[in-house]
Amino acid sequence: MEFFQGFLNMSGASFAQHMVNGISLGSLYALIAIGYTMVYGILLMINFAHGDIVMMACYFAYFGITIFHVPWYFTFIGVIVATALLGAVIERMAYRPLRDAPKNSVLISAIGASFLLENLANYLFSGRPMSFPDIPLLSQNIAVGSIKIQAISLVIPVITVISLLALLHIVNHTKTGMAMRAVSKDYEIARVMGINIDNIISMTFIIGSALAAIGAIMWGIRYPGITPYLGVMPGLKCFIAAVIGGIGNIKGAVLGGFILGLGEILIVAFFPELSGYRDAFAFIVLIIILFYRPTGILGERTTEKV
Amino acid sequence: MKNKRDLILSAILLIVLFCVSWFVNGELDSYVRRIVNLCLIYAIIGLSMNVTNGFTGQFSLGQAGFMAIGAYTVGIFTVPVELRANVFYAVPMNPLIAGIQMPVWLALIVGGLLAALVAFLIGTPVLRLRGDYLAIATLGFSEIIRICITNASSFTNGALGIKDIPPLNDVRYIFVVTAITFAFIAALINSSYGRAFKAIREDEIAAEAMGINLYKHKCLAFMISAFFAGIGGGLYGALLGTVDPKNFLFTLTYNFLLIIVLGGMGSITGSMLGAVIVTAGLEYLRIFDEPLEIFGTMIPLFRPGLRMVMFSALLMACVLFWRHGIMGTREITWSKLIAFCKNPLGFFKRKGASQ
Amino acid sequence: MSSILKTNAVTMQFGGVTAVNNLELEINEHEIVALIGPNGAGKTTAFNMITGVYTPTKGTVVYTDNNGKECDITGMKLSEIAKIGIARTFQNIRLFKDLTVYENVIIAKHLHIKSDFMSAALHLPWYNEEQTKAEIEVEGLLRKVDLWDMREEKASSLPYGKQRRLEIVRALATEPRLLLLDEPAAGMNPKETEELTSFIKEIRDEYNLTIFMIEHHMGLVMEISDRIYVLDFGETIAKGIPSEIQNNQRVIEAYLGVDEDA
Repeated sequence: MEFFQGFLNMSGASFAQHMVNGISLGSLYALIAIGYTMVYGILLMINFAHGDIVMMACYFAYFGITIFHVPWYFTFIGVIVATALLGAVIERMAYRPLRDAPKNSVLISAIGASFLLENLANYLFSGRPMSFPDIPLLSQNIAVGSIKIQAISLVIPVITVISLLALLHIVNHTKTGMAMRAVSKDYEIARVMGINIDNIISMTFIIGSALAAIGAIMWGIRYPGITPYLGVMPGLKCFIAAVIGGIGNIKGAVLGGFILGLGEILIVAFFPELSGYRDAFAFIVLIIILFYRPTGILGERTTEKV
Repeated sequence: MKNKRDLILSAILLIVLFCVSWFVNGELDSYVRRIVNLCLIYAIIGLSMNVTNGFTGQFSLGQAGFMAIGAYTVGIFTVPVELRANVFYAVPMNPLIAGIQMPVWLALIVGGLLAALVAFLIGTPVLRLRGDYLAIATLGFSEIIRICITNASSFTNGALGIKDIPPLNDVRYIFVVTAITFAFIAALINSSYGRAFKAIREDEIAAEAMGINLYKHKCLAFMISAFFAGIGGGLYGALLGTVDPKNFLFTLTYNFLLIIVLGGMGSITGSMLGAVIVTAGLEYLRIFDEPLEIFGTMIPLFRPGLRMVMFSALLMACVLFWRHGIMGTREITWSKLIAFCKNPLGFFKRKGASQ
Repeated sequence: MSSILKTNAVTMQFGGVTAVNNLELEINEHEIVALIGPNGAGKTTAFNMITGVYTPTKGTVVYTDNNGKECDITGMKLSEIAKIGIARTFQNIRLFKDLTVYENVIIAKHLHIKSDFMSAALHLPWYNEEQTKAEIEVEGLLRKVDLWDMREEKASSLPYGKQRRLEIVRALATEPRLLLLDEPAAGMNPKETEELTSFIKEIRDEYNLTIFMIEHHMGLVMEISDRIYVLDFGETIAKGIPSEIQNNQRVIEAYLGVDEDA
């Protein structure tokens, strides 16, 4: 009975607070999960380095604002551009040369890229935790009814929705987007149809990384501690989110992100004794999904041609 | 008969190496002994990873987690009972296990079996599905094992770690364990089951068509890999004398990935070569982490972290330019050595002609 | 003539597309039965349903084992099907490329190894016995097809014709009762096809096999088949003995531009 104390005694205000936190976290996971799902959809590979790109974006922001004293609105734009470029560079150097190599090689390369980024950050920025620059406008507390929430918690879902709408517009209503969808459906045919595969793949990484940068900035404001390994757990969870929603499916990634974000916050809210195990939640959901619906909630069932 | 000759030669080699380890144990200083021990332990774990990744083609990243299970089994059960209250000072040790003390060899085996059991539990859902997910799932589980260890304070002392483990740094002992591991795995790979593993690596559907139950064999490889990783982890814990959840971050697994990529995924001798290079490298590249002075000027590059940057760059370079590593899927066999000794130059010419 | 394999109204649907509709096959022991039809007719899909790669949307596949017992093998796993005595080759030759010729074939004996992995790793006597027996059989098979001298070569280094033969021999090593050949003559010149034709007849007689094959090469089909089924767009449009099929108007129409003997 004691175990369920938290569950039974929660007040409405408290619950609302947790819901806001859950939606915020879910939005951040969604933004990052999209990068994983888009890359997997086209290249059938897990971009292990994606989580570390989030980490690098946070460091870029730190340097822009805290070290070089560039106003935050300019810095954030710079961060998005720099991160998008970083994503494209990683694709060019670590993945493109191995496009015709056996699957495992690309996987190892992704791991290597991730490892390299983490070690570079550790070396360049030292392992000491740093503080993401504070933006008073966004980190101030706002009172809504009887609950206090950080302004950023309200901003996150809004920015996320705007980003998603922009992304869906690109994917569904532009030539580039159509090319991306074609490549993810059938690589070889798309190439034969005259689509420049290299450019489309670069574009995929650029878009995915830009979204990750947006997520990273908001993440940094919400959770200010930066270390070289900050991207690891979120990266794993966001990939799981993409799998849960249906790998290769953008809407699925968003759905998965929210499921994981909300679930994680609410489980710990209702059962505080489990807070040490909060990271395990994502993996348990992964196991359940792999057992009962391996292609994900919104995924399509495909059969391999023999 | 070729097989008898090979067996005798291998036995002689092992005896010679054992004598070498005796010498190292007695005559060389503790720093060198530690590196040799670490090298042997890394070889065990690297080889265990090769069983799944190299021979069966299943990409697993869970070695750190299985090591942790083995290390903690040794940690929990070999600390003398009298000292335990001192170690478990924050949260007392769980009464179920507080009184159980085992000799190291038993703790190693128990640790290995526990790791294999966990591998079975993880493998059951994940091995039935596409290979890509195995990497993420095993990586995640490795972290979850660590999280559980950090939280189960009454069993593992949580984040405080366990100290006062009776140290095990006898090179001969560790050599024997390493030799047994290598001998067993070599024998397994050269058996029908080993060939079944390779078949799965080459073409899963064709392997299935030949009657090889994919799930059963992948699970077997996974469990054997975990068993030996657990043993390696147990030795690791005993060598260090303490265990701490932070020792077993997933980044530890990357060291072993480098070992097998460098040595050759799918080569037993490659695992040993890779282990030697990586262990020696990790030690001797420490100089890169220290500030370097040449003629009184500080070179700005050299500070903590450079060593690992170079290592990750090495991993990238390997996979991009040298995918097969040193040995690829080949082995150094007695036949080849003898042919080489008889005709050193002709050995390489002949290889070229048959290409 | 006792039946060895029957498919009852077996249908395969992929989403909205029906690849194979209401297939009623019956194959009797020691027969050589061919499945022909234009490209895309659903022949490989039929094979895949029989061997468990696909699970039929409707219908059942029934196999009669050597004790006369009927088993429903619909949707059974590929590895289980191999164990009860049905072996197959693949359209695109799926050899274990990086392994040697010898290893390719001896792996096919693994399903007959009853010893567990510990006995195998420790090379205990009962495993050694099983293994030696397997090695003798593999040597016999490889000598028979003239591949014994190349046994240490990588499978991928063999010329195409020999690769096909190796794949068939590998399937034989599983000691099947029913052998499914997926376009065994694909890519072969006339001489190779002739050799293949006599080879198939030989192994059918020597190893007591039943053979079911997909083939486009009409010469081969007409010469050695006891019976033929014809598929077009997933439907069975004809079945019977070779002379009946040769003169069947529907079959000729389906092919339109029937391939002659090369």
